[in-house]
Amino acid sequence: MKIIVCVKQVPDTSGKVAVKPDGTLDRASMLTIINPDDLNAVEAALKIKDQTGCEVVAVTMGPPPAEKMLREIIAMGADRAVLISGREFGGSDTFATSQIIAAGIHHMGLNDDDIIMCGRQAIDGDTAQVGPQIAEKLGIPQITYAGDIKVEGKDVIVKRMLEDGFMNIKMKTPCLITCIKELNEPRYMSTFGIFGSYQKPVDVYDYETLKDEPLIDKDTIGLQGSPTNILVSFTPPLKGAGVILEGADKNTANELADILEKKHII
Amino acid sequence: MDFKLTKEQQLAQELFRSFAENEIKPLAHDMDEAEQLDMELLGKMQRYGFFGIPYSKEYGGAGGDNLTYTLCMEEVSKQDASCGITISVHTSLCCACIDMAGTEEQKQKYLRPLVDGTAFGCFGLTEPNAGSDVQGAQTVAVQDGDDWIINGSKIFTTNSAFADTCVVFAVTDKSGPVSRGLTAFIVDLKNTPGVAVQDNIKRMGIRAAQNCIVTYDDVRVSKDRVLGEVNKGFKIAMKALDGGRIGIAAQSVGIAQGAINETIEYVKVREQFGKPIAAFQNTQFKLAEMQTKIDAARLLTWRAATAKDNHEDYSSLAAMAKLFASDVANEVTRMCVQLMGGYGYCREYPVERMMRDAKITEIYEGTSEVMKMVISGGMNLKKK
Repeated sequence: MKIIVCVKQVPDTSGKVAVKPDGTLDRASMLTIINPDDLNAVEAALKIKDQTGCEVVAVTMGPPPAEKMLREIIAMGADRAVLISGREFGGSDTFATSQIIAAGIHHMGLNDDDIIMCGRQAIDGDTAQVGPQIAEKLGIPQITYAGDIKVEGKDVIVKRMLEDGFMNIKMKTPCLITCIKELNEPRYMSTFGIFGSYQKPVDVYDYETLKDEPLIDKDTIGLQGSPTNILVSFTPPLKGAGVILEGADKNTANELADILEKKHII
Repeated sequence: MDFKLTKEQQLAQELFRSFAENEIKPLAHDMDEAEQLDMELLGKMQRYGFFGIPYSKEYGGAGGDNLTYTLCMEEVSKQDASCGITISVHTSLCCACIDMAGTEEQKQKYLRPLVDGTAFGCFGLTEPNAGSDVQGAQTVAVQDGDDWIINGSKIFTTNSAFADTCVVFAVTDKSGPVSRGLTAFIVDLKNTPGVAVQDNIKRMGIRAAQNCIVTYDDVRVSKDRVLGEVNKGFKIAMKALDGGRIGIAAQSVGIAQGAINETIEYVKVREQFGKPIAAFQNTQFKLAEMQTKIDAARLLTWRAATAKDNHEDYSSLAAMAKLFASDVANEVTRMCVQLMGGYGYCREYPVERMMRDAKITEIYEGTSEVMKMVISGGMNLKKK
């Protein structure tokens, strides 16, 4: 059994958000972190590794510097990693991205007892689409919003968290799970994992590696092949100071009603 | 010359920094007030491999180097110097002795649990009447068949309140100077009859660290617990202390950098005379001077650690690093309290604790005066 964990390097939004003149994010000038929900997926995979001794493989699609993130995940306890990277893949939306990652996983080999884990969503795009689309493209079952995961042989039982409750769902491997932050507390790297982390294998899959995969179609990958495109991204202007109405009488209430009416709220 | 950390050292620095900020910083004030370490916190540090950094994976260690160990000491001590000394005594005194002088069997049996994070270690050399002058040691060990019987008492044994293993030095030959009659023993502190660990000694700083008197009353240990050769323990102790000084230098850098970081946050928001005090040139110049000194101390520390990693002679380099860095830690923390004024003097702010903690760095593992003896000893000053 192996667990494939899909991870993404995202801008650290606790720092400054930089936008290029063309409206896209200036990723090069921003600090990066591992997408927080993906760390929950990594932790879930490592917990199963602690219990079963299974292999954990981290996968990402991104530019070459994303290798550092993969080394961090190896230092947390993953066995190896795959970096899917190529100019042809740049600018992909969720449709194209999931197609490429699914092709990468297919190339790596998905066995009967394997599990794919993803974070619920990334803090940059906030779509929560890539995980589910990978499952669709690989034709395997999926459960999203995992709040608890149990593996019993080839059965995976997941507590799927909803706004007003939860569902316990059982599915067969191979399958995909997306994880939420309430699932666990991600561990740190350890010094035991750090030393030697750069000797562990990180395979790079470029366009040449994946071009013969059935899922790879030159017209449906990268910026050109993406059905959706970002027109503009911007930092919203700060809201001005609010208006405070004082008093608990009818006049104040009328004043408030007038303002709301003018703004077409009521 | 390349001042860059390797990729693995950079990852380790990130680990130490984020762990110290998230896990140690929130507890530091309360641990100081309670004069207790949080054992759950120490357990976490064991699991993440803070206690076996420069030791081989062959014995369960992290397989890192001494430079990375200084990065750990700095980041941990930035938040809490008590946690720093706990790691330092364990790593560069206790483990170092077993690593340098132990047999293969002793390393598998005693070093492995210490460096893989399942046991704590300490180092028993200092005695009530033998501080800088180790020649005054009065703890003795006498052979009795296949065993040795130890009698005496050791003071300021850091970590002894919870440690599993102690490397204890006792006089085994009184006929000559102690330097030719001292032997190192590996003692199980928790399960050996006759060992008594007393309460934590009340101190000015590093109050959370556990620093006790340990008495040895007819303590019987088998001969397979003799570390190195009989009567050759003095060299082991001195060599361990050489390495320990790199750890204390890094601890000093950490205390100083921690204080300056706290002070920078304060001077940006504290307003006097109509502007933040960071806008005054006095504040800016003081901070600039302090940061320059800290960087110089850090470079001396890294140089000594690198020499040790390269198996070069590092005795003088380690002494210079400790002498300079401990002085910087005291000057910087004192100035940080001054810049923060009345608030800096209050226990609510961490610089007060840091100033108290800094003092010990000029005293333990060789005082500043002893450092000058070591450094001048290597300067060819003897008359021809």
